[in-house]
Amino acid sequence: MPQLIKNGTLVEDRWTLLAEAYSLNDLPEASPVIVPLALWLAERRALITRGEAGVLLAPEDDPEAIASDVRLLPVIAVEFPQFTDGRGYSTARLLRERYLFRGELRAVGDVLRDQLYLMAECGFDAFAIREDRDAQDALAGLKDFSGLYATTARVPQPWFRRRVAGRAEPRDP
Amino acid sequence: MYRYDDFDATIVAQRVAQFRDQTARFLKGELTEDEFRPLRLENGLYIQKHAPMLRVAIPYGMLSTTQLRKLAHIARTYDRGYGHFTTRQNIQFNWPRLEDVPEILAELAEVEMHAIQTSGNCVRNTTTDALAGVARDEVADPRPWCELIRQWSTIHPEFAFLPRKFKIAVNGATDDRAAILVHDIGVQLVRNRGGDLGFRVAVGGGQGRTPIIGEVIREFLPAAELLNYFDAILRVYNRYGRRDNKFKARIKILVKELTPAQFTRRVEFEWEHLRGGPGTIPDEEVARMATFFVDPQYEEIPRTSLAYRAALADSRPFSQWAARNVTGHKRTGYAAVTLSLKKTGVAPGDVTADQMNAIADLADRYSFSELRVTHEQNLVFADVLQSDLYHLWMKLKTLGLATPNIGLLTDIICCPGGDFCSLANAKSIPIAEAIQRRFDDLDFLHDIGDIELNMSGCMNACGHHHVGHIGVLGVDKNGAEWYQVSIGGAQGLQASLGKVIGPSFAAAEMPDVIAKLIDVYVRERHEDELFIDTVRRVGVAPFKEHVYAAAH
Repeated sequence: MPQLIKNGTLVEDRWTLLAEAYSLNDLPEASPVIVPLALWLAERRALITRGEAGVLLAPEDDPEAIASDVRLLPVIAVEFPQFTDGRGYSTARLLRERYLFRGELRAVGDVLRDQLYLMAECGFDAFAIREDRDAQDALAGLKDFSGLYATTARVPQPWFRRRVAGRAEPRDP
Repeated sequence: MYRYDDFDATIVAQRVAQFRDQTARFLKGELTEDEFRPLRLENGLYIQKHAPMLRVAIPYGMLSTTQLRKLAHIARTYDRGYGHFTTRQNIQFNWPRLEDVPEILAELAEVEMHAIQTSGNCVRNTTTDALAGVARDEVADPRPWCELIRQWSTIHPEFAFLPRKFKIAVNGATDDRAAILVHDIGVQLVRNRGGDLGFRVAVGGGQGRTPIIGEVIREFLPAAELLNYFDAILRVYNRYGRRDNKFKARIKILVKELTPAQFTRRVEFEWEHLRGGPGTIPDEEVARMATFFVDPQYEEIPRTSLAYRAALADSRPFSQWAARNVTGHKRTGYAAVTLSLKKTGVAPGDVTADQMNAIADLADRYSFSELRVTHEQNLVFADVLQSDLYHLWMKLKTLGLATPNIGLLTDIICCPGGDFCSLANAKSIPIAEAIQRRFDDLDFLHDIGDIELNMSGCMNACGHHHVGHIGVLGVDKNGAEWYQVSIGGAQGLQASLGKVIGPSFAAAEMPDVIAKLIDVYVRERHEDELFIDTVRRVGVAPFKEHVYAAAH
């Protein structure tokens, strides 16, 4: 059973997440890898040459460090060491809204059903559900709400703008 | 007051459904205790000493009589027939069953209420002046802004897991009745020279273990930028606030560690990116919100009611009550009335279900079917005709809600303390009662005049002891309950933190200790000088000397 939710469905994960990779020697051959920010910054050119590579951001990592690389990165993973550590939500919004990252934004770590809706609103489109939990069950979390009030990465117009826009639209005949 | 539209109702209904499901999964063992705890807290549910405690949000303290009757129904059906109003203008039920909580939330949703984010490490209920909209010294009504903040903060997806809780207060008057300088964010409505409305923004105030008065980080924020600026502040806090130690996790510690100047630079940098963006509040939205808080259908009354004047002259008990519990109103012929929830022998802030229903009936008859909860744990009818005051007083008396002690020594702010709260080091309610019993001479109380006695059962300071003119803090000494006393604290724009007068006292000593503090005040005061002003003038020393002289 796959543990990865992407764009609202379960998919096989092609990527190998290497949270403990400190040098190029730590990487497996050929397969697409997600490496820690430090390794990316140290070996950026080699990693681009090598082929598909993504970056893992720890909660304390500043996404600005990869602001100029967002077009080179097919995947950025953001780590949630505990689900109660909310720093990754801000990281995600900055990547999407300020640095205009358009690739896969993946939540990894303590990723559970009851936080998926919030994560999706902040710009995550992929969720590596914690290994001991049923990812199929977690899918339900994406449907907890049908919309929120505030400006979010997924819905930049807050409710007070959407409600006006909605009224302006022609009604169904 | 604000009324839900379909969108508001849908969010609350979806939240109830979500929590119903989470509770079911917890009871089935599919969610662990650690996983469920933050979820239940963000729905207002604590597990307390004897039972769960459910804290229901009363947004910025505004209640309709329909809502109050629902609270009475909940108190009677799911609890032991009473509720407790808190210093953050909320209400707590101390005895619900965990399994019943989703059903209680569903019942609350029927009257446009919820318990969302009344606990947990997230943005809590926004508080404001209980006299909003009727105060004579108002710059602008804070309630439309409070409702905008309520909506913005409700399930804000970026800020659901902050380092620690986050409390926002808004003040719209020149006097501060919302204690804005002891909140994580406190904003003050102001007008600039051009007459534009904006906010003075203070950050990093708070009580608790490390009491700090907030720092003003922006003198004038254009009103439309309020939520953008909040996003900026919260983002800086969410990213950089400490998460390694819960006692150092509030924003006040971050402001202090970064220095206010550096913290402000980071906020302003964030704001530069958000300024003018989609989060900017359009004028039409401000105007739409304001339509929910327009004046009720006041009668045109040319002058102060003669019947009221006559009753004041005829009845000394009535005039004593009016002197303390009736407040001036922006409209001639009207008054705001405070219902005292500080009757001796009743836990401060507690109201029974029967009282709630009776209060709702009175508010329907005398105050346009609305009321407010004050942060001093009393209730306010904001729009009463002066000519009705005598009748209202008679009825409040029979309900035990007309104690003429608002702002006096017995109007004690008090947390639930060790009788209910599992965090408490000491009981607070019996100490409050003992003090109330000691000061049962109404004439003497009125002679002492304005004084704020605030009591907390632990350093979390739910009873706001740091900003009490007299503050009492319950402490644990080798398993025994002791009480530390401070004086000179104050809320408001001249907010200050109290100074501890010396070693703590046993419970039985407390009425004497308070009496001795009052003795010194009576001895030292200048004519018309309030307790707090005497303390500020003469300092702690004479008080300390007298309190400890006999004991040692």
